[in-house]
Amino acid sequence: MRRATSGVLRFWIVPVTLVLWELLTRMAGSPFFPPPSRIAGQFYDMWLSGPVSQLLLTDSALDTFGPSLGRLLAGWTIAGVLGIALGVALGRIRGLADYTDPVLQFLRALPPPLLVPIFFVLFKVGTPTQLAVIVFGVIWPVLVNTTDGVRAVDKGFLETARVFQFSRYDILRRVILPSAMPKIFAGLRLSLSLALILMVVSELVGSNSGIGYSLLYAQQSYDYAGVWAHIVLLGVLGLLFNALFLVAEGRVLSWHANARRNV
Amino acid sequence: MLELVDLSHTYGSYRAIDRVNLKVAQGEVVCIVGPSGCGKSTLLRSIAGLIKPTGGNVLLDGRPVDGSPENLAVVFQDYSRSLYPWMSALANVGLPLRRRGLDKKRREAAAMAALEQVGLAGAAAKFPWEMSGGMQQRVSIARALAYQPKLLLMDEPFGSVDAQTREELEDLTLRVCAHHGMTILLITHDVDESVYVGDRVVVLSKAPGTVVGDLPVQLPGPRDQIHTRELDAFVRLRAEVGRLVRGMTPHRNGVETR
Repeated sequence: MRRATSGVLRFWIVPVTLVLWELLTRMAGSPFFPPPSRIAGQFYDMWLSGPVSQLLLTDSALDTFGPSLGRLLAGWTIAGVLGIALGVALGRIRGLADYTDPVLQFLRALPPPLLVPIFFVLFKVGTPTQLAVIVFGVIWPVLVNTTDGVRAVDKGFLETARVFQFSRYDILRRVILPSAMPKIFAGLRLSLSLALILMVVSELVGSNSGIGYSLLYAQQSYDYAGVWAHIVLLGVLGLLFNALFLVAEGRVLSWHANARRNV
Repeated sequence: MLELVDLSHTYGSYRAIDRVNLKVAQGEVVCIVGPSGCGKSTLLRSIAGLIKPTGGNVLLDGRPVDGSPENLAVVFQDYSRSLYPWMSALANVGLPLRRRGLDKKRREAAAMAALEQVGLAGAAAKFPWEMSGGMQQRVSIARALAYQPKLLLMDEPFGSVDAQTREELEDLTLRVCAHHGMTILLITHDVDESVYVGDRVVVLSKAPGTVVGDLPVQLPGPRDQIHTRELDAFVRLRAEVGRLVRGMTPHRNGVETR
């Protein structure tokens, strides 16, 4: 009962904000700050007025979201796999981290958008470059967290594995990785929100499809309601991804949440 | 089957154990008791291959041991760091059997049988954090049983559970090892426990730990928490071991000398 009430109270803030926003923008009357009702209208016209068979999404929505989400998920997945693999190697192979640390710290400090011109030269213009930007930008949280996680495996867990003579594969797959999983998931979650940002950035710079490109196009056509609609879209996508990720995390790491609660 | 020859270990300049000699026969239950800080754990960890002793040898069936020996299981004191919280009880017990070349079905059957022996058949699907400390330690014991080791090492296995659970687990250990004919080396700081569980009690001195007493326990079996503990033989032996642990010269005439 109390939880239900607090849920309702929390959601009060949304309509209140929208009404305030509407009033302020109408009073200001600036073309750069259209009221939310116009933004919503534009959002609907552009993307949500499609046929039921496409879940109301317009063709334009499918053409815009498809490539972007594809790049985002592909880039995030590649970064995740590479980050976990490298992180495990750095965390488990003694000395390796010491040798590679200066190089990694240097690479990590580079802002990924600045590397776009270099990626243009290395890869073709288009999806490969965008993927490279995303992977390079979002691999770090996964890599760093995985390294930390596999280093922090409880000594007791490893001693048990040694006494019972687990194979190297079993030690990695059934002891080290599960034990590091809470940290790895924290890294993956951070990477996901970064991936959304880098997806847009990479599409702003050199692309002829996707949400970023579409945003740029709206801006160049002085369609400010359209620009705002894109911003709202990115916010909604961010919320959605985070929610989906938390559901997945809850399933995979239920042991972790429960184990901590019971200690 | 197990023989320690002049086993010594030094951490830096600190001598934890010094020339420990011990022979354990097949099927024997030997309790090692000593004051805290006498190197009991160091001794066990040397045998388990978790540390490399700086001197002496561990022989199993006459062969020197290098690293963790085959056919050896350990029940650690801290079950929360020994059972994997991301696995069910059944998976925890079955995991070491992967090395035995059994397929999944047979591994699960063996794990289930071991859980039944410790009275946890109904909790196979539970996770460690859903169980009490005593239950978790039963799972640890089941894991060791399913593994069917020739030598079972127990490092203060009942040190983290309440007194009642402790008695239950002591009886459980006695029952299953009689059933399997397993050789057990149990380490404890509890004098009562060493006499109650052991066929033999080996007393270590304060650090650097060395063997100061090796007493056979001749108590009628099967042992019972109430009756065994009120026997004259039990009381006398307990006093004897107690004196040795406190570093007093054993004296059978009731006169103690320091």
